[in-house]
Amino acid sequence: MSEKTVVRPYGDTTGDGMVQVSFTLPVPHDKRAEGAAVQLANRMGMDPAMLVHAKPIGDGFTFFVVYGRVNHLVDLAKVQVVERDYPLLSAKEVNAVVKRQLRRKLSVVGACIGTDAHTVGIDAILNVKGIAGEKGLEYYRELKVTNLGAQVSVPELVEAARRERADAVLVSQVVTQRDAHLHNTREMSAAFREAMPAGRRPLLIVGGPRFDETMTGELGVDRIFGRGTTPGEVASYLVHALITSRKANTP
Amino acid sequence: MTGKLGLDPALVARARELARRAGQPVVDLARSHTTVSVERAVLRLAGVTGADPDGIPWVNRLVDAVVADVGLGHGVAVPVFDALAREGIADVTLLAQKAAAGSVRFAQPSGKAATAARRASRKAVAAGIRAIDRRRAERDRLVKRFGDPQRRPWIYLIVATGDIYEDIPQAQAAARAGADVIAVIRSTGQSLLDYVPEGATREGFAGTYATQENFRLMRAALDETSRELGRYVRLTNYASGLCMPEMATLAGLERLDMMLNDSMYGILFRDINPIRTFVDQRFSRQVHARAGIIINTGEDNYLTTADAVDEAHTVTVSQLLNEFFAHEAGLADWQLGLGHAFEINPDVPESFRLELAHALLARELFPDAPLKWMPPTKHMTGDVFRGNLLDGFFNLVGTMTGQGILLVGMMTEAVVTPWLSDRDIALQNVRYVLGAAGGLHEDFVPAPGGFIQQRAHRVLGEAVDLLERIGDQSLLTAIAEGTFGIMKRPADRGKGLDGVARHEADYDNPATEILEQPR
Repeated sequence: MSEKTVVRPYGDTTGDGMVQVSFTLPVPHDKRAEGAAVQLANRMGMDPAMLVHAKPIGDGFTFFVVYGRVNHLVDLAKVQVVERDYPLLSAKEVNAVVKRQLRRKLSVVGACIGTDAHTVGIDAILNVKGIAGEKGLEYYRELKVTNLGAQVSVPELVEAARRERADAVLVSQVVTQRDAHLHNTREMSAAFREAMPAGRRPLLIVGGPRFDETMTGELGVDRIFGRGTTPGEVASYLVHALITSRKANTP
Repeated sequence: MTGKLGLDPALVARARELARRAGQPVVDLARSHTTVSVERAVLRLAGVTGADPDGIPWVNRLVDAVVADVGLGHGVAVPVFDALAREGIADVTLLAQKAAAGSVRFAQPSGKAATAARRASRKAVAAGIRAIDRRRAERDRLVKRFGDPQRRPWIYLIVATGDIYEDIPQAQAAARAGADVIAVIRSTGQSLLDYVPEGATREGFAGTYATQENFRLMRAALDETSRELGRYVRLTNYASGLCMPEMATLAGLERLDMMLNDSMYGILFRDINPIRTFVDQRFSRQVHARAGIIINTGEDNYLTTADAVDEAHTVTVSQLLNEFFAHEAGLADWQLGLGHAFEINPDVPESFRLELAHALLARELFPDAPLKWMPPTKHMTGDVFRGNLLDGFFNLVGTMTGQGILLVGMMTEAVVTPWLSDRDIALQNVRYVLGAAGGLHEDFVPAPGGFIQQRAHRVLGEAVDLLERIGDQSLLTAIAEGTFGIMKRPADRGKGLDGVARHEADYDNPATEILEQPR
């Protein structure tokens, strides 16, 4: 029996296709505004669309909540995502692999680059404190972590990576206004490409809540980590990308 | 102390005494050093305005020129006013322009020339301080005319478009929707600029540049809205980062009403040099005291990196230190918006009762301060429905424990900068809770010896233990070792250190002199 690959949203019955959206239109609240909200919902593929809430907010704006059935289908066979393609290791296992196979400490340099002052992400991954009960990379005995903190310029980051002989560079980007996270990441990867020959360049990793994990090629980095990434996942990836997969490729 | 927590007055007094002991060496340090930003603030008070064609303020160009010729340790006021007399010009901004062009040399005068320069600088700076006094009197008048919000807490809302001309209608709309205080978030990165940008600005990242002109535009717009609403709407900005003293000065000159102004935030979260921060802090607080500005301290930030249960006592310690530094700088209790936050992991059992205990502890330790109660951010996950519920519980703690200033939590925290609808939903949440339970603090008395009392006693006990440890090793060492918010910040590192100098024997600062006079 083949697995079902075409699905619809689920409200309370299989196949009902029900979704709920909320939005604001820049019009004062009246009958016409409600009609406009239904029209928008229809154009988003919701039919029938039920306007369940409309409320004037501010001067000349109305907030709407709409429930309705969408006519779109999704084909699971055509969904593209980045699945974890490396084994998840414990801190102990990570330390053991580094010690046995790399035979020196693995050097990691982390920073928030550009004007981004939000160190929450990089600190969650690097600080001993970690996140959600999982310790950060500083806790790993065989990793040497240099956390440069906030608002590090790209040249400073390249220089620090050189000084620390970084095996990997971790960059966190939280601010996304005007696509700052994308511009900063491109600037960073370009600078590393320029400063170091391909074989000597550290692994470039960016993380942040608003990245698309499939954009590695476009941004010129080796890996993108999205929302909810844990230090253990990052450490496991480092070991996989820098040690185990490389060994496997050398006969 | 007749409180709801039955705190031991002797222990509370002990905590204050320990905070004083930990803070005093830092005050001594601040009194024996100056910074480029303190000196620039002095020159702003003396009337230097504007910027060069590259946008670098004339105060920066002037201080740099003085430092190049005579160093920073004498203070710049005397060399500047000495040069003014020698050049025979009256306008300090003109002198700055000439100095930037390299056509003026500075010297540290002696004898009669020094006395004359000191007198002239004092006169010019006194005029700047009188301008601040006039703005304060004007605020008192407007508050009397338009009236204060009818109830506490004051509702504090943020705008952050990056464009002052977008911020203005948003701020006015927020005020009409019920906000009592508007905070304009600064562009990310401004705290590390060693100059204050000039003019009205329309480009910023996750916030709007703090400039004197932006301050003026927003205050004027809110005056208009205050008149319309019959309620004085307050305006907040940031006296933090490398230009803290200048920000405080500009805020005083443009009648801002509140300023974010924490004693350690820049050190811990922006890696600014500890000495630079403490020197800048003291001056900026003296200005705030004079200008009648309410400061907001930043204890909420510790809990975004450290655990809100394990590290609750570091918030109490920081509040006690902030109180000591604030009193020392001349701020009155009504000006102390000491910060704290609702940041306990909601999955922790009894998290709401723990929040109540912590919030009530702050209330009872600082009964006359308008505490600033900050909403959840760390455990806002993008699940906006759960976020809205958490914000409701946050609002409930705020009203049950009599917080003075309530920063409105957004369910889209960690998702987007707040949308118009997010703000409306958040205000609806606040209005519901205050409307439904606004008087609950009258009935809410924790059971004697119960969970909440025990928790509050424990946090206070841990705070006293920590202060005792700090007492033995000095506050600078504690910061270097990562006592607050986990970050380790040694005193000989961090940004802005090159803008710090120890006072020479003839150091002169007319602004500090005037601000420290008993009034």
